[in-house]
Amino acid sequence: MSGIPSRLLWLLGALLAFLLVAPALLGKYGLSVLILVLYFAYVGQAWNIMMGFAGQLSLGHALYAGLGGYIAAGLFFHYGLGPWAGVFVAVAAASLAGAIVGYLGFRFSLAGVYFALLTIAFGEFTRIAFDHWNWAGGSGGLFLKVDGTASLLNLRGGPVLFYYAILALAVGALVLSRILLESRLGRYWLAIREDAEAAQAVGVPVLRCKMIAVVISAALTSLAGVWNAFYYNNLFPETAFAMGRSIEITLAPIIGGLGTLFGPFVGAVVLTGLGEIFTDAGEYLGIPGIKQIFYGLALLVIVMYRPAGVWPWLAGRMGIK
Amino acid sequence: MSGARLEIDGLGKTFRGLRAVHDVSFAVPAGAIHALIGPNGAGKTTIFNMIAGVHAPSAGTVRLDGRRISGLRPDRVCDAGVGRTFQIVRPFKGLSVLENVAVGALHRRPRLADARAAALDILIRLDLADRCDQLAESLTLPDRKKLEVARALATEPRLLLLDEVMAGLRPTEVDVMVGFLRELNAATGLTILLIEHVMRAVMALAAEVVVVSYGEKIAQGTPAEITRNQAVLDVYLGEEEVA
Repeated sequence: MSGIPSRLLWLLGALLAFLLVAPALLGKYGLSVLILVLYFAYVGQAWNIMMGFAGQLSLGHALYAGLGGYIAAGLFFHYGLGPWAGVFVAVAAASLAGAIVGYLGFRFSLAGVYFALLTIAFGEFTRIAFDHWNWAGGSGGLFLKVDGTASLLNLRGGPVLFYYAILALAVGALVLSRILLESRLGRYWLAIREDAEAAQAVGVPVLRCKMIAVVISAALTSLAGVWNAFYYNNLFPETAFAMGRSIEITLAPIIGGLGTLFGPFVGAVVLTGLGEIFTDAGEYLGIPGIKQIFYGLALLVIVMYRPAGVWPWLAGRMGIK
Repeated sequence: MSGARLEIDGLGKTFRGLRAVHDVSFAVPAGAIHALIGPNGAGKTTIFNMIAGVHAPSAGTVRLDGRRISGLRPDRVCDAGVGRTFQIVRPFKGLSVLENVAVGALHRRPRLADARAAALDILIRLDLADRCDQLAESLTLPDRKKLEVARALATEPRLLLLDEVMAGLRPTEVDVMVGFLRELNAATGLTILLIEHVMRAVMALAAEVVVVSYGEKIAQGTPAEITRNQAVLDVYLGEEEVA
């Protein structure tokens, strides 16, 4: 891993060591918070490839997570097909969905907010389709049986199992992002993000690069969906494909630092941390809804004072950049 | 890298009924430097855009060493060996100067380290190496113009299209750019076609000048012939002092 400052490498090593032993150190609550952090870091990393690197705004990433979750859970529920096999179908379906959305948008030159609207539309009508699809349980939802038997083969087990699964995903996505960014494809994405026409003039195959970005992003996001389905054991179209779910995915990289490698993780720590603090404060004060107000205000302050994100600022303070 | 022959034959472009370019034909021999001049709105940039693949021509063809390139996508035209700069500079603002040029170099060199080395080499030749790590958005206009040229050169073109790279430069800077292009042309045999209003540069560089007005070619010849051509003096050169 050349090119990474040694101070950062030490920091990453220490962080990884902590994360590896965290289940032994933390209680049930601490672990559940850490799981949330890693989940948002992971989906943020996936979304960041499309928006942060390639500059394509998706506000419909719940589509890919929802599809992944529903397909893997449905295959397990109906045919007993374990998630390790089902995940391939899930990833394939989400990639295809990403390719369709991407092709329609990029081939017909829908840019910026218009492309974002297209991604919202696909998320919304998939939600409506799942509302009426009996195989997937319709609007009543799909439930996985919880029988308490731990089985790695079927991804059944307690929080520790899911903790390590999401940790592996988050680390994997970070490493993948780094490899991509330091490759020709990654540099082409940055060029497209900055100026697609100028990029094309120096030989960048713009359509192909954008398609690869959306497919990789969708595929990674669908893995989070599979994880989510087996962790929570239930799926509803109203939540799995919700607009709010899509927005949630975008927050960690935006707060942490769009287009940066560590932004999604830093953003996830900040957001989840704030969320937990304000939840506790709300319960302590006994004022319902106070969490949302403070959470919103905190985001506002961060975006106002650190528009490039927390990570670039933090990296500067730590003398890493 | 060596130069390629550019042939433009009967080129025409109509935008929703508006005739921007009509029946323009000329050729630039391999290794030559030619200039394309004419009043604003004459269709010079439209001709460039048709060569570079931004617009498909409504009529006629563009050939590079005999191979038809008109109608290809811009990145394919770049593959074929055409590099271009934009009249209104378009740097990748959020990337460093080195990374800007490296994106161009990646076109022929898939490895990032190789592309960076090649990019640095070009930046040194253009006297921009000390700005390597600066963000492109922090450059002054003359440096941005140089960056445009560097990025286009990094793709190792056989034909270089320069769209008003001298505009906004001080006379001494024009001379430096002229010197650089002349040296580049002599050393590599790169074919160059430039759109230029700065006649000082046109006179110093171009073996031949093509003049367009209202989308049509009205004259072609050596700079000396062009400055004596009455039609050219009437529509264009007469307006300004010929250096």
